Amino acid sequence: MDFELDEEQQALREAARGLLRKRYADFETRRGTVADAPGFDRDTWSKMAEMGLLGLPFAEDDGGMGAGPVEVAVVAEEVGRVIAPEPFLTSVVLAGGLVAAVGTGEQRAELLGGLASGEQLLALAHAEPGARWTSTVVGVRAEEGDGGWRLTGLKEPVPQGAEADVLVVSAALPDGGTGLFTLAGDADGVTRSGYRAPDGSRAARVALDGAVATPLGETGTDQETAIAAAYDGARVAAAQQAVGAMQVALETTAGYLNSREQFGVPLKRFQALTFRAADLYVAVELARSLALWAAMVQADPGTSATERTTAAARAWAQASKAGRLVGQEAIQLHGGIGMTAEYSVGSYTAHLTTLDHLLGDARHHLGRLATTVGDHAEVDPLG
Amino acid sequence: MRLQLSEEDEAFRAELRTFFTTEVDEGVRATVRDRGELTKDQIVETHRTLNAAGLAVPHWPVEWGGKDWSPLRRHLWHEEMQRACVPPPLAFNASMIGPVIAAFGSQEQKERFLPPTANIDIFWSQGFSEPGAGSDLASLRTAAVRDGDDWIVNGQKTWTTLGQWGDWIFTLVRTNPDVKKQAGISMLLIDMRSPGVEVRPIELIDGGHEVNEVWFTDVRVPGENLVGDVDTGWTQAKFLLGNERVGVAPVGATKRVLAQAKEWAAATRSGDGTLLDDPHVAVRIAELENELMALELTALRVVANSADGKPHPASSVLKLRGTELQQAVSELVVDLAGPGALAFGAGDADSDLPVWARRSTPTYLNLRKASIYGGSNEVQRQIIAGTILGL
Repeated sequence: MDFELDEEQQALREAARGLLRKRYADFETRRGTVADAPGFDRDTWSKMAEMGLLGLPFAEDDGGMGAGPVEVAVVAEEVGRVIAPEPFLTSVVLAGGLVAAVGTGEQRAELLGGLASGEQLLALAHAEPGARWTSTVVGVRAEEGDGGWRLTGLKEPVPQGAEADVLVVSAALPDGGTGLFTLAGDADGVTRSGYRAPDGSRAARVALDGAVATPLGETGTDQETAIAAAYDGARVAAAQQAVGAMQVALETTAGYLNSREQFGVPLKRFQALTFRAADLYVAVELARSLALWAAMVQADPGTSATERTTAAARAWAQASKAGRLVGQEAIQLHGGIGMTAEYSVGSYTAHLTTLDHLLGDARHHLGRLATTVGDHAEVDPLG
Repeated sequence: MRLQLSEEDEAFRAELRTFFTTEVDEGVRATVRDRGELTKDQIVETHRTLNAAGLAVPHWPVEWGGKDWSPLRRHLWHEEMQRACVPPPLAFNASMIGPVIAAFGSQEQKERFLPPTANIDIFWSQGFSEPGAGSDLASLRTAAVRDGDDWIVNGQKTWTTLGQWGDWIFTLVRTNPDVKKQAGISMLLIDMRSPGVEVRPIELIDGGHEVNEVWFTDVRVPGENLVGDVDTGWTQAKFLLGNERVGVAPVGATKRVLAQAKEWAAATRSGDGTLLDDPHVAVRIAELENELMALELTALRVVANSADGKPHPASSVLKLRGTELQQAVSELVVDLAGPGALAFGAGDADSDLPVWARRSTPTYLNLRKASIYGGSNEVQRQIIAGTILGL
């Protein structure tokens, strides 16, 4: 059992931290970046591509770096620390992860190669109005006709949906099951309207009206399992991203308690405040432990699909719960300044809230875990 | 990063598991499994079984019976013991005074006290807390005054766990009232059979007799029983309390009780099924399992990364969260028992309710202590806020 990063992983962390901190050390820069579409900095995105971050988890044959979930988590933590608005999680880990899992060799080379080089932004269009955190869909239907496959229906919210060059779309298949398709973001029959997500990143409504699309992977196959697995991969990365964000929100809050004076003394003289900060520390460390473990479970070739799914649910449930606590308390411990868009800490809360609702909150995942509590005597991380 | 134990550590763990489940008296393990109270003989016999196998004081210096294990192996030892329902070696001997004597005692003291302490030929008690000195331990007032080579001790200690069985008591006493309170404290070892020592039971809300008051009236203590120098007792006290915080999170035992709780829930009718089918109960269990796993992994992070001897900053989380979860699981069990929780005082002859249900309320009430002792959880928050967050 070893929780330490090896030298290469540490170097990766330093490099990612250096790049992202340089860009976003001044919170005002982030604020300016998310003020307008696309909600992130294309130059930083290119630099992330040059560093290899956008192809990190993909096979070298597909244009990637051949790294694994631990390396992805390392980068995600750095993204979380500065709440970088670049869509590493949604475009690389989630949409890219799905393409890597089910795409044909040709599709992987084209789509992941373009993603890794920073030339093509990918988005996963899966969520639909009227459903919550399901891996099956009913709203968008796929039909096979003369001109190939056509998609009709509504996807919303789609992270980076209005800006994406390529959309990966889940759709109900004619014979049942959920298939996956790709099409260009500006293809005929696609109408997109983008808007701001809580943390300043962008999401969109994507209306499909007989849009011609290419099956991703084997034609007409039910991809529900792969969709769920891609979301699980994103949950593990997001858990580490949330840990990074929570860590900085906590540091910021502790700094404020040290410096802000009221009643003629620093706020840290009030135990009612410092004890709550201590509870945040506990929450962050517990979430960090499960996040690290889940990344190791995902990285270990010896673990089963069920083990990986369960690990993702465990890590994300813990991070989600901690994120609510840290996000809410960071604002409260600051007072009014925490409410402002100008000061950083409230945006960390908005980011944690965004992650929570992209991936399913703690109660949702604990509900899933609750259905299997009778299947084992105890939970043992050492096996 | 690496998920699994090394082959060597895996084998180490398997060996311990076999020992604990086959060599320790089954009656003792059944008592722990049923959450019953151990007798003095059961505690002493188990401790001696462990000591005979070199498993009572593995964290002591090697020359006094220690094993020079890695922090991870110590952790595995502690966890496997709890998992197998084996009561750990008496903490007052193995975790508290033994390491203090080994670190601060004279050669004579080491030779005189360490072997019988390791083998529990001396049953130690702890004399730290006083009616006026709880979390603020340094304000203690029990006084020791020089009389020739001896000390004359007067005062009162309290919350002395199992003091009714104690042979000796290690105490903090005030030897200088005229300096800063921490600078006037010494550590004295006192034979509890000395004239002037009186142990009075304190009845607790669980109906049991676990703790005591210990009164000292003109008790004569030989000068050779002073540990370390005069007025340096606070250093020994901090050393001891620091050791107490490590390993104070009873993850293994709490996990085991939670696993048992699922069996009890599955054996209790609710609606058309059992309590385990009740979604509210199942989610509560799932959440506790997740929290416990996060805690266990945090404990593993702490031991894996404290090889250089410095405690990992996250170690302060363990006592705080470990006791909260221990209490939360005991609360779950008392809720599972439902009306059975009323059978508080029922013996085997009086009641058809299962033992776990009858023991549920005494255990729940007894474990309220966990967030108070060993540095209350408020003291732990103070440590986290002060030393980690810089507040």
